[in-house]
Amino acid sequence: MSQRKRVSTSQSSSQNKRPASLSLTATNDDDDSMFTLPSTSQVLKGLENLTEEQVYQKTAEVLQYFLVRDQKKIPIRRADIMKHVVKDYRNIYPEIIKRTARTLDQVFGLKLVEIDTKNHTYILINKLEEPEGMTSSSGPANLKSGLLFVVLGLIFMKGGFVRENLIWNLLKKLHVDIGQKHNDFGDVKKLITEEFVRQRYLEYVKIPHTEPVEHEFCWGQRADVEVSKVKILELMAQLHKDRPESWSQQYKEAHSALSTSSQATSSSQR
Amino acid sequence: MSQQMDNSHRKFLQSMMTNGIVDEQRAAMLYQQCCDTYKTKCLPDKLNDFIDTINSKLQPLFMQIRKGWSEEDGQQHYALVNVAETDISRMSSDYADYELVLFRKTIELIVVSETGQASSTDILNSTDTMTTKKLKKSETEHLLNRLVRDKWLTEKRGEYSLSTRCVIEMEPYIRTMYQEQLKMCHICHNIAFQCQICENPTCCIKIHNPCVARYFKNKSEPRCPACDDFWPHEIPEIHQPLSQSK
Ligand SMILES: [Zn+2]
Ligand SMILES: [Zn+2]
Repeated sequence: MSQRKRVSTSQSSSQNKRPASLSLTATNDDDDSMFTLPSTSQVLKGLENLTEEQVYQKTAEVLQYFLVRDQKKIPIRRADIMKHVVKDYRNIYPEIIKRTARTLDQVFGLKLVEIDTKNHTYILINKLEEPEGMTSSSGPANLKSGLLFVVLGLIFMKGGFVRENLIWNLLKKLHVDIGQKHNDFGDVKKLITEEFVRQRYLEYVKIPHTEPVEHEFCWGQRADVEVSKVKILELMAQLHKDRPESWSQQYKEAHSALSTSSQATSSSQR
Repeated sequence: MSQQMDNSHRKFLQSMMTNGIVDEQRAAMLYQQCCDTYKTKCLPDKLNDFIDTINSKLQPLFMQIRKGWSEEDGQQHYALVNVAETDISRMSSDYADYELVLFRKTIELIVVSETGQASSTDILNSTDTMTTKKLKKSETEHLLNRLVRDKWLTEKRGEYSLSTRCVIEMEPYIRTMYQEQLKMCHICHNIAFQCQICENPTCCIKIHNPCVARYFKNKSEPRCPACDDFWPHEIPEIHQPLSQSK
């Protein structure tokens, strides 16, 4: 077989365009704490040294990075964005993030949310739909979100924090036993305490001063922004064959949350 | 004047991100669904305008929904592609540099082959010449599986070929890199990878399988459209337009 040797030289040309003098802080890319957010004047100064095209290009790269990560529902750390994409453009980072968020919103219908302002972690929320509900029941993804909804529901009905043993007992009543491998969910405990936690639907926290250590669950940041409490209450009412209004406190909370969140969404739409 | 995007466009784009590539029928269906959901006007013959509106917003992001033809089934497809570089930059967040080196090698093997295919053995052997990082056999196989799963390659009985999505997205790259080695289909004039070849050594034209099926349909004795020699290959059935996303 004849093999013509043609070495690929067309490496991403954006790498070559990068001005070397722009690097502002932090030599250690892994350590986000080294990064201090540039001030507005620093950003403006940084923008002066760049062409609009360069800023566009970098914004596009950051945006694609978000899209790819989001496909796996992995929260995105600012440190990783810096290290893998922003690189020498860190002095205009606030401008890049602003443009990225605007484009995600206007073109893709996705909302960029910083769920952890201490560690600077972002997720994308789909503004066009609720997470798949319980009504359509095909495929393992939907079954999983069904389970997730039930767990979120139990937490909501019990006032926000629930010891894990209580969750396991309640699930057992619904024929989901963490001691056994489940046909659809596999290792249920792993799914709930690891996958849902990693996706930020749930938080799984140690209860202080417990020996042996006990954990409790509460809603994770993604659930807070993505999941409708009204829907959750409806689901729980269905399970109890009752009306949502029967739980007056939860009903009130769900509907007050609804009005504030819908305000927030409409104000962010331009 | 390009139109403004509304939620039906955004929903369509989201589906394209999930699917990567859809055939024409499925695109039309998606278009209908998105318009129904957001109660916007859906004109069956306006799918391309609808996509143009999305593309006008994707252009500054170096992305595009590109229409292309599949040499597997002869159908039009739409793929969400990256136009930033003629290289394979879109994949750089999913694949390590040395993995992309192997992918480039695989593309090369497929392009220079007669059949539009490269066997796993050939690909494995080509890793010996890689200077970046030596890949173990198991690593190479794992990588090839990922490339198939991510719809860059297709695999049949140990033979790898370029997926429709890959051809649509990488065509500019392949044209730049392998201009001299590329052969066009004698019938449709698109690049021909998987195809039949005229066995007359002075002719050697290539015709895609779906193009063979259409061209020789109802012809009692198939002859090469270029040199008029007997066409010795099996004439495939015409592919029925079936809507399927896989
Ligand atoms: Zn053809
Ligand atoms: Zn011929």
